[in-house]
Amino acid sequence: MPETAATVSLHAVPPIALRRRITDHVMTGVAVLTVILVLVPLFAIFAYLVYRGIGSINWAFLTQTPKPVGEAGGGMANAIVGSVFILALASILGVPVGVGAGIYLAEYGRNRFGDVIRFTADVLNGVPSIVIGIVAYSIVVLYQKHFSALAGGAALAIMMIPTITRTTEEMLLLVPQALREAAYGLGIPRWRTTLSITLRTATSGVITGIMLAFARVAGETAPLLFTAFGNQFWNLSANQPTAALPLQIFTYAISPYDEWHKQAWAGALVLIVLIVTAVAAVRFAVRRGTFGAA
Amino acid sequence: MANFALRPPGMPGPQPLEAANVSKLPPAPTQAAKLPRGTSGETGDRVFKFTMLLCGLAVLATLALIVYELVLRSGPSWHAFGFKFFAGRDWDPVNEQFGALPFIYGTLVSSLLALIIAVPLSVGVAVFTTEMCPKALRGPLSFFVELLAAIPSVVYGLWAIFVLVPLLSNYVQPFLGRTLGWTGFFDGPPYGISMLAAGIILAIMIVPIISSITREVLMVVPQHQREAALALGATRWEMIRVGVLRNARAGIMGGIILGLGRALGETMAVTMVIGNRPEIAKSLFAPGYTMASVLANEFSEATGDLNLAALIEIGLALFLVTIVVNALARLLVWTVTRGQPSRANA
Repeated sequence: MPETAATVSLHAVPPIALRRRITDHVMTGVAVLTVILVLVPLFAIFAYLVYRGIGSINWAFLTQTPKPVGEAGGGMANAIVGSVFILALASILGVPVGVGAGIYLAEYGRNRFGDVIRFTADVLNGVPSIVIGIVAYSIVVLYQKHFSALAGGAALAIMMIPTITRTTEEMLLLVPQALREAAYGLGIPRWRTTLSITLRTATSGVITGIMLAFARVAGETAPLLFTAFGNQFWNLSANQPTAALPLQIFTYAISPYDEWHKQAWAGALVLIVLIVTAVAAVRFAVRRGTFGAA
Repeated sequence: MANFALRPPGMPGPQPLEAANVSKLPPAPTQAAKLPRGTSGETGDRVFKFTMLLCGLAVLATLALIVYELVLRSGPSWHAFGFKFFAGRDWDPVNEQFGALPFIYGTLVSSLLALIIAVPLSVGVAVFTTEMCPKALRGPLSFFVELLAAIPSVVYGLWAIFVLVPLLSNYVQPFLGRTLGWTGFFDGPPYGISMLAAGIILAIMIVPIISSITREVLMVVPQHQREAALALGATRWEMIRVGVLRNARAGIMGGIILGLGRALGETMAVTMVIGNRPEIAKSLFAPGYTMASVLANEFSEATGDLNLAALIEIGLALFLVTIVVNALARLLVWTVTRGQPSRANA
């Protein structure tokens, strides 16, 4: 490893010129400084979120719908439920397709055609979320003639698919070939092997990928702006405009009202707690999971 | 992004699957009889493969659909303005005059500003985590940096509105105006809401992408390069500069371009702090507008077909630019990490 090698070399070679040693120390200092500069905003954001958010979270925030401007109180209960609803729709649409495409790439796609799909998935991964919102608008909203939770779910599903596809493929490829061959040797058909042996073995990795995709879209606002659109009231119909936590945060953050700003902070804290829990769970799962032994 | 971190250390890379053809052998009759029902055969295999193929095709279809919808629905604007659309400075929905230049300018300037700030920081962090810091710190450090990638854009925006912007207008902008105002880039009233604020918040957002890819690339630099440099009497920094960074140039460039792709398409945080005024100003203290934020602000309120088409044409342009940028980045990263199991040296 570099650091041990470095110490050894300092003793092994003749004394190094002072200027070069100073440069070495200065550059080390610069590297440390960059780390500090990157971590400061991180801690500032979290500290501020907790500081402003905790004070505004109360029972009403978690159980009531928004109050009109000027009235105190009210909450984001409908937005929290709406977010969960839209994310559930997105997962129902996106997870099977993503996992299926991953299985195809890993088990049948070691060829040109597979490369095309792989490249497409990577390209799809880089498409700005707002553009995906436009597409969901033109294929769902224009067709239905009104904003809906379904359109929001479709937009988020499109964003989930490439991540799930690539991680599923990667995880399936880590399953030892001998395991598949053992199954074939027992006369088990290929499809059954893939589902009951390969996919089963890679379950924890595949779930990791799904959760990463989930965490990524959970905070997305841009694709929901003109698909799910937002709603001040309860809605659990897939065909109606639906409130979502990130949308509500955005609306409240750019409003001129202090009361709403507080609610935005509380909403952001709830959102980030949900997402960070998911990411931490993923790291935990990866470390403890099937392939994390090393 | 975060999926680069998925493969735990010491794992083998992808393996070829030729041996899978074994399944084509007919199962021995006696054994087939003992197996549970539903396991016999060809039909099941064919149905399964076809279903999975459909899922794969869905990925292709999605991209095709995106291109089709964007091209189709931006048609009216393309017919009305042609190439002038990208050179026009007027954005006037009332008189149906649309020119995208201020948005293109805003997107480019805010993204470049973000790169200028983020690149040294990200490379520094990556170098520190791979080459300098004690082993015990590596995990936590990269975890914290990846945590930055998990914060939603809208939360960055919220923080920027209430913390970053006041900070800029009260302290940073007056200082920059006094010291560097003569350049013209830091000129004008310190409102806080500005191109500068957008660039800074974007920089914070793309640091995790650039640094995680840079780290990945630094890790596949062969160990003997480091040892050779040290054996020649290099100090640690000289070893990093000559033995590591120089070898990883293409990959780092790829990471930077990937970060650029993210910055170009970033919407919410930028919309919340850039000021949303379609003007081209030299000073970074002036408000601006980006392609993504004009979509976020005006799409659901577009009046008339031409307005909608013009907005979708901006979306199409944004889409094409990010695709080119991302493809370039993937290619660069691939030339460096090709054939190497990632994190081999972790």
